[in-house]
Amino acid sequence: MTTGFLTDSTLCIGCKACEVACKEWNDVPDDGFVWSGLSYDNTLTLGASSWRHVKFVEHQPRTGCGGNAPEHSTWQFSSDVCKHCENAGCLEACPTGSIVRTEFGSVYVQPDICNGCGYCVVTCPFGVIDRRPDDGRAFKCTFCYDRQKAGMEPACAKACPTSSILFGDLEKLQVRATARVAELHAAGMSDAALYNPTETSVGGIHAMFLIRGDSRAYNLPPKPEVPTSLLPQAWTAAGIAAGAMALASLAAFAMFRPTK
Amino acid sequence: MKATEERLDELRRQAERTGRVDAKGVRAIGAPLPEPGAEHGYYGLPLLKPPVWTWEIPLYFFVGGAAGASAMIAVAAQASGANESLVRDARRIALAGALISTPLLISDLGRPERFLNMLRVFKPQSPMSVGAWTVVAFSTFAGAAVFADELQRRTGARVKFIRDASGAAAALTGLGMSTYTGVLLGATAIPAWSQHVNMLPIHFAASAVASASSLLELCGHRHRALPLLASGAAAYEVVATEQIRRGGLTSTSLKTAALLSGAIPLALRVLGIRSKRARRAAALASLAGSLLTRFAWVEAGKTSARDPRVPLGLDVSPV
Repeated sequence: MTTGFLTDSTLCIGCKACEVACKEWNDVPDDGFVWSGLSYDNTLTLGASSWRHVKFVEHQPRTGCGGNAPEHSTWQFSSDVCKHCENAGCLEACPTGSIVRTEFGSVYVQPDICNGCGYCVVTCPFGVIDRRPDDGRAFKCTFCYDRQKAGMEPACAKACPTSSILFGDLEKLQVRATARVAELHAAGMSDAALYNPTETSVGGIHAMFLIRGDSRAYNLPPKPEVPTSLLPQAWTAAGIAAGAMALASLAAFAMFRPTK
Repeated sequence: MKATEERLDELRRQAERTGRVDAKGVRAIGAPLPEPGAEHGYYGLPLLKPPVWTWEIPLYFFVGGAAGASAMIAVAAQASGANESLVRDARRIALAGALISTPLLISDLGRPERFLNMLRVFKPQSPMSVGAWTVVAFSTFAGAAVFADELQRRTGARVKFIRDASGAAAALTGLGMSTYTGVLLGATAIPAWSQHVNMLPIHFAASAVASASSLLELCGHRHRALPLLASGAAAYEVVATEQIRRGGLTSTSLKTAALLSGAIPLALRVLGIRSKRARRAAALASLAGSLLTRFAWVEAGKTSARDPRVPLGLDVSPV
């Protein structure tokens, strides 16, 4: 069965239980206690040691309305996670075959095979996977492969107190997401939308997000593309380059053939 | 804005006059930071992860590229009946490059002891996998060519066919060595690289040819094909410089690399065509330019990954 996440930001209260549950269950080390100064978000980004990240999309009060009055702020929380792309850049780029597609449709890094080449880092269009400096290998959300194998839901979904993180059969979640968007629209939240880039070369994601407003405010790219889609162009250019190199070398030496 | 006595007076006057002050307060962390929103993404924080590669990778791009081009030059020189010492030196440069490349690649890994995991699969859709296999094949053939040549010279063994077949195979895989690194950078999510996917392999190939012929010139070879190849590559670099500039990349390192591999050696070679010193200077400039080119591109990728505007499709006009 292909499973998925539907993270509903309209239900998220920003408690970060998902972040803590993920860290505890998966033994993910701390990545520095840094006060970011950006809202209440001190995780800032997904990375090798942050597999869930609650975004605090906070709109400050306008100027002239009392710069220090938090009651005038508007909030959107959204728990970010690896998207487990249908066409995953990291999986395609991995030269060791360490990154595989599991029986649940998720994208999994086998830690006993990864040699830390770092190529997945630059081929993820969502900036999710990263190399852990002290360990040397690449890490990201495992979609709790161990728990799923045992028939359990991922740790973050289990710990979520408001059911903002839904886990289940991907197709059922897609139906549920459509229904939820309609429900929100009916309730007057006309800016609610599902983020799932099915129209791009990524071909859809297994961890979908229900957000309000512009996806760009959540650092979710409007048109993510899997880098493998550039390969035909790239190899054509390489072919031209190699041909030109060979011809130029042969011609240059043929021009100055020693006289016998 | 700095709080001065004048500024405080100005604030008081503004409050008296309009009944409100339309200035932002001070953020605890210092500079005024962007809010999340369609205009700056998520607080202007990077969307992508910068490459984790350190100096070994750009240095490998240079060394491996030069080695590959040198193997091609060896075959071209041999086919034209050029003198044997040139052919031999070109083959040796190819092997030396291969021998330097592998340790560089291994030491950049997060887990160097697992280098051999690169060879547990072959994935044509992964330029890194294609590259790892290319390095292995190239090293084997470049080594076999030099070994067979030495064997023949020292013992008179009849291994000419092995030498030439290995040389040809080294040249073929060498073409891959000089160009695949452009694919490796181009086919990624990093905007500065992927936007130049069509030119990077050609750019790197030209850079490789320039460095290989310059190296051979510096070894004392006077064959006229060498300056011709180097000049051709330098002329291409001038064109590439313009393409890169139009692509919006304006880092000092890229500009310096462009001058060192394009305009400077080209001018030296054209104006100083009869001067030995000018030729040497041109060769040195090409080598330095070729090396800096690879470092500048990796650096450009790191800078590019920190800017969320391109992947978010936001306005990238200078702030």
